[in-house]
Amino acid sequence: MNFGLMFDALRVLPSGIGLTLTLTVLSLTAGFLLSVPLAFARAFGRPSVSYAVLAYTYVIRGTPMLVQLFLLYYGLSQIDAVRASVFWVILKDPLWCALFTFSLNSAAHTTEILCRGLQSVPTGIIEAAKALGLKRLQIARLVTFPIAFRISLPAYGNEVVGMIKGSSLASTVTLLELTGMARQMVSATFAPYEVFIVAGAIYLALTTLAVKATQFLERRLSNENTPKQRRKARLRPTLPDHEITTLVP
Amino acid sequence: MRMPLAIAISVASLLAALPARAGTERTISIATEGASPPWDGTDSDGKLYGYDVDVGLELCYRIKIKCTFVAQDWDGIIPALLVGKYDVIMSGMAITEKRKQQIAFSSPYASGYNQFVVRKELGLDAGDTKEKVNLSRVGDSEKATIERLRSTLSGKAIGVLRSSNSEAVVKQLLGDVVTIRSYDSLDNLKLDLTAGRVDGGLADYFTWRDFLEAPGGSVAVFFGPELNGGLWGPGVGAGMRKDDSELLTKFNAALDAATKDGTIKALSLKWFKTDISPALPK
Repeated sequence: MNFGLMFDALRVLPSGIGLTLTLTVLSLTAGFLLSVPLAFARAFGRPSVSYAVLAYTYVIRGTPMLVQLFLLYYGLSQIDAVRASVFWVILKDPLWCALFTFSLNSAAHTTEILCRGLQSVPTGIIEAAKALGLKRLQIARLVTFPIAFRISLPAYGNEVVGMIKGSSLASTVTLLELTGMARQMVSATFAPYEVFIVAGAIYLALTTLAVKATQFLERRLSNENTPKQRRKARLRPTLPDHEITTLVP
Repeated sequence: MRMPLAIAISVASLLAALPARAGTERTISIATEGASPPWDGTDSDGKLYGYDVDVGLELCYRIKIKCTFVAQDWDGIIPALLVGKYDVIMSGMAITEKRKQQIAFSSPYASGYNQFVVRKELGLDAGDTKEKVNLSRVGDSEKATIERLRSTLSGKAIGVLRSSNSEAVVKQLLGDVVTIRSYDSLDNLKLDLTAGRVDGGLADYFTWRDFLEAPGGSVAVFFGPELNGGLWGPGVGAGMRKDDSELLTKFNAALDAATKDGTIKALSLKWFKTDISPALPK
């Protein structure tokens, strides 16, 4: 083990973190925005709509992201019609190909995660909202989605971690993100052990940050644990009967 | 009693599975990339072929050892040799000072050269594509040629094989004026050249020649002089671990004999249609 080389790696590799984070954040954002309507369609839509969304998530989740990326990047570029079309401006660029593949993936995963969340919102709550005279979109926005999001958050945290790690596939289409930088450095030093250990440690730091951030968000969003309520709970003796506690203003 | 017996059986079967290193006949495996024909390629059945494979089998036949060829991606080919996944690299690998710090090389079994290709539609002036430039001996005329390369290719995207000498050369000569795109395999670089994602590339001349004659290669042409020397070193050799000096000696003796009786030249003519066998030792 060559420690000098590991310090070199620590100096060189961080220049790839920017691209790794760009890929991850943009893909997660695009994926999330896409997945919200899809999850509603999948959970509450007519069977034909729900199955259409299922077909999409089934295919994307059931095939390796690397294969999808190769299909999009090397596969589509084989077709002359694609190269002549307006889409070529986007497909020509490896960054866009990676972003597109990662976003579609993240959307498929997040759709299924949110769908589970939406389906586990108790029907009683939705009925209550209806009884209050809320319109469908209002119920979705004010009641169903916030509850479903809270339920889905732990699973979504896994998706975030998965995307950070999955972004390493971008190195296969010549992008120099963290893994790409590491591979380039290995090719110059012939020392995969030292360089990839450092790269792995950087990924671990990034995923740790993501896990901590999700946990923080989970705490913030959980009903019982807002700081105000925690203070209240400390001041107020717990009553034995749950029914009565809810009556205390 | 049952557990010890089970352990004994599994240990025995493990031992039986180990290669018999102590035996008189050593079996070696040779790694090649399998993606740079005519040096080495992989056919549709997954079988490896090419100049590297033929020379390797010829040498093994002369040394009287059993050899098997395995495919290995280029960017991991030296690390995997060092950890003992195979014993020899024969993959059109140029003998360079940097690689010599890690592995030992046989004497050269070919002396190849390299050239740029660019996409036809760019309409670049290719210059004299038969001019020979040895980067180890750069005089005034070579300097002028390199300066012309720099100004013509400025702003273009140039594809190279990751971890290759061509990558190092492009970085050295053009690093500040072109965008370098490093590929896992030459096949992928060729795909992107056909698709127009890169404007050109630098690699072994013979690899390009085969490609330019193939359907996808019609979009590109040779550009600039034939390059060798410099970071490419004195030629192509077989790589071995430094502690494997016995094998190295045998390889060199067989190579010497095969060069002298014209076998290497015949193989070179078979695969490259020209003689790039190493110069005979005087």
